[in-house]
Amino acid sequence: MVEFTNALRETRRQRARAMKALVAGLLLLLLTTLFRMQVLKHSSYALQSDENRLRAVPIPAPRGAIYDRAGRVVAENIPGYSVSILPASLDSLRAALRALAPTLGLTESGMQSVIEKYRHYPGRPVTVEGDASFAEVSAIEERRADLPGGIIVEATPKRRYPAGPDAAHVLGYVGEITEQELARSEFAGYEPGQLIGKMGLERQYERWLAGRPGVRYVEVNAVGRIVGEFRGRRMRPPIPGRDLHLNLDLELQRYVASVFPDTARGAVVVLVPSTGEVLALYSAPSFDPNAFVGGIDPALWRSLNTDPARSLFNRAIAGVYAPGSMFKLALAAIALAEGDATPETRMPIPCRGALLYYGRVFRCWRPEGHGVLGLLDAIKHSCDIYFYQLGLRLGLDRLVRGAREMGFTEATGIDLPFEASGTFPLGREWYDRRYGPRGWTNSVVLNLAIGQGENAQTPIKLAQFFSGIATDGSLPRPRLARSLPAEWDRDRIPGGSEGRSSLREAMVRVVNDPGGTARGSKLQGWVMAGKTGTSQNPHGDDHALFVGFAPAENPEVLAVAIIEFGQSGSRTAAPIVARILQRYLDGQHPDARPPAAPATRVAAGENL
Amino acid sequence: MRSPRSQPRLADRVLVAVALVLAVFGIFMIYSAGAVELPSQATGAWRRQALWLALSLIAFAIAVRVPLRWLEWAAPALYGGSLLLLVAVLVVGSGVGGRSWIRLGSMSIQPAEFAKLGTVLMLARLGAGRRPPPEHLWDLWPYAAAVLVPTLLVMAQPDLGTATIFAVIFLAAAFWSGLPIHRVVLVVSPLVSLALAFSTPLWAVFFVFVVAFVIGARPLLSEAVLTLAANVTMGVVMLPLWHSLAPYQQARILAFLQPEVDPQGAGWHLIQSRVAIGSGGWFGKGFGEGTQKRLAFIPEQHTDFIFSVVGEELGFLGAALVLSAFAILLWRVLRQAERADDRFASVLAFGIFAMWFAHVAQNVGMTVGLTPITGIPLPFLSYGGSFLIVSFLAIAILERIALEERSGA
Repeated sequence: MVEFTNALRETRRQRARAMKALVAGLLLLLLTTLFRMQVLKHSSYALQSDENRLRAVPIPAPRGAIYDRAGRVVAENIPGYSVSILPASLDSLRAALRALAPTLGLTESGMQSVIEKYRHYPGRPVTVEGDASFAEVSAIEERRADLPGGIIVEATPKRRYPAGPDAAHVLGYVGEITEQELARSEFAGYEPGQLIGKMGLERQYERWLAGRPGVRYVEVNAVGRIVGEFRGRRMRPPIPGRDLHLNLDLELQRYVASVFPDTARGAVVVLVPSTGEVLALYSAPSFDPNAFVGGIDPALWRSLNTDPARSLFNRAIAGVYAPGSMFKLALAAIALAEGDATPETRMPIPCRGALLYYGRVFRCWRPEGHGVLGLLDAIKHSCDIYFYQLGLRLGLDRLVRGAREMGFTEATGIDLPFEASGTFPLGREWYDRRYGPRGWTNSVVLNLAIGQGENAQTPIKLAQFFSGIATDGSLPRPRLARSLPAEWDRDRIPGGSEGRSSLREAMVRVVNDPGGTARGSKLQGWVMAGKTGTSQNPHGDDHALFVGFAPAENPEVLAVAIIEFGQSGSRTAAPIVARILQRYLDGQHPDARPPAAPATRVAAGENL
Repeated sequence: MRSPRSQPRLADRVLVAVALVLAVFGIFMIYSAGAVELPSQATGAWRRQALWLALSLIAFAIAVRVPLRWLEWAAPALYGGSLLLLVAVLVVGSGVGGRSWIRLGSMSIQPAEFAKLGTVLMLARLGAGRRPPPEHLWDLWPYAAAVLVPTLLVMAQPDLGTATIFAVIFLAAAFWSGLPIHRVVLVVSPLVSLALAFSTPLWAVFFVFVVAFVIGARPLLSEAVLTLAANVTMGVVMLPLWHSLAPYQQARILAFLQPEVDPQGAGWHLIQSRVAIGSGGWFGKGFGEGTQKRLAFIPEQHTDFIFSVVGEELGFLGAALVLSAFAILLWRVLRQAERADDRFASVLAFGIFAMWFAHVAQNVGMTVGLTPITGIPLPFLSYGGSFLIVSFLAIAILERIALEERSGA
């Protein structure tokens, strides 16, 4: 055995002391580090640990139902199922999609779009099928053990529109929020995958109808597989959306859809002229909003978007048409108000079918001419020669000012998204800008005078304008939601009550006098006032327009109908309006209907 | 000298008790580490570890009966045998990202662990004998040669972490053999240069200090040249060496330096380990209740990262108790090294102390982010038979030292 020298023994004692200090130092270092992590920064690590293992799964909130003015359901929720995937990784998402493809009938492009969504929002469940059938759901649940993890099947309220295409444009539809929409402040607080109103009332009243989705938590393991429901943290229950009550009359709306010619394009607006309550709003061709529930089939979506008839387009509020002869009422209102004409005033040149103005021939729609007419009869016959001269008498400046006063450059403010404003020349500078200072002549007045030219109005705008004529000269704001307070733009139609009653008288003659342009469309038991219009358009046949309101002396209902390429307002649009008004008034006054007067149907051979 | 075989009573009960408590506690933690939602190797590992513990106790019972003189005599053979195993593992070994295990039927052993003890034995034998303690750096050449061989063999696996343990064992032997303290500084300086090689300015500053120290300490000219050359080599050669590392080794070192850079990749293990420990709080989430563990967020949670499970489930209190147990263990070993009259026994005990110290510091350090991630197990706690057996053999040796000191006194 080799013993130590004393010197070496002393060295070892010193060095052992140093090593003991080292052990103590290590212990202290590790303990302080642990204390800092486990005690001082515990809450931050505890949060990270929760975030690691818990994934939020949104619980959709049931949307509010929508009811018509009689309490009939126009949009509701029915029980449905959705299938979504909370994948651990892109690979496991692909595996899950492949496994689900046969059951759900997923296409390659459909799977690709799900993968895109996951790429944008990893860590959230992605919806694969928003409207799964009970059979599909049972098939998935049966095979659950063989399927990859992360597949979530949930009972989800599903939107249903009982009226289908009949009320599609006014109700709109719902769909999954897009990335662009998420970025907008309008959708602040919304989350990926949420359903939102994309169009119509569903969009307009999105915040009211939507409610707030709830959230639950699932626990996932390190590779992201769902291990189970997490009960430790209180889930947040969804807050259901609020119901919406409409001024719309669903029965009338359906009637409008049924009387509108099957293959035609166009629009119908029916409202209460005194209040602006919208009773029906129809655009043709229509689509079935139920097809959008749970995600629209991409092929159908493509065909809707490339459809030359543009069936998703709401013509009633966004289609613009030259008002044609309907605009003659606006001209007459200005003339009466400014003293340029009385109801009996005649123009210097009688109608011989055409008018020569600076070397150009301007024709009346009736080649034989109308002869000598007063203002009211000129409206009744819709004589173009009379209004050319009236327009020249007023001049461009007064005409433009009057039209602006009556609101032809504004939107109506109806509670629907994407309403188009009317277009009307804003004055000489407007023409200068458009055609160059010498690119136009005073003859534009002649075109404007008969409602053609640079004048484009929506059906809802025309309905609002004629509501002013039918009542006290105020323009009511068209309203679909019952809770929206009535609002009027006061005194926008000039000419006073006398002037307006003259105009109404003229419109009564249009329908009820033997020579009126719409004499074929009288109501039974009610007096309708109306005006035909023909909108020239560069794409083909003229569009047919008609506005009517009844009873003429105290209007309860007003309707505007536009039929694209319908050629003649009196022949195609007027009978539709007449049937709608007849139906509505008969429904409102089941006992008051006087005995039917013998109908004297005259073949409507005239245009305008 | 009376035969110790007739004295079955324990000479250092605290040492043996602490080791046993840690090992049994380790089996409990390995059981908990295996209770996960994601089936892994950890599931059921506690049974195998219990079997390893039984084998370790048998090994202990045998080894404690071997007199120190026999051990000193057999040290070169044991050392040579462990080197042979290290060569064998390079030929027939298996493992992830390298060859480190030799399969023996259903069990596998890690020769590197046995080589650690073999090398400690060899160095103790070199430090014994009648030679005076080393005075110059050149006197260390037998130590250096004895350590360099297993170090190179381990690096060939490749296993960088274990190689650093060999470096620590070498430094410990040099330190404890009585080398003058300024020369110990000279020996350590190239290792610091190695660590600082990542940053050239830092290394340059350090190098200036080394030069100043060399001038002040007045070693032999050859020692001065050797020291400076070693420092320059470590500082300059590091980058090419870095590029020769396997990608997973590079990733581990990078993850240590900046774990947040790539949280899903290499930094993942460290972040998840820290989250597990930090979320444990004062008292932990409860035995078996660790969510980071249960959902398999903690990597290698039954082996290298067993301490993270302790931290998560038993909290600061549990972790502090475990660390205290290690402190007691290391203290007792150091005490034996200090008190041993026999030079072989003293260097042997100090070598074992250094090995365990390095393991605890490195392993616990990596779970909290103080040291880089390596595959160094936590003594007695981590799952793994080879190191458990080696550790209990070490306990047996220490117990034998205590026994012979007492009987010899």
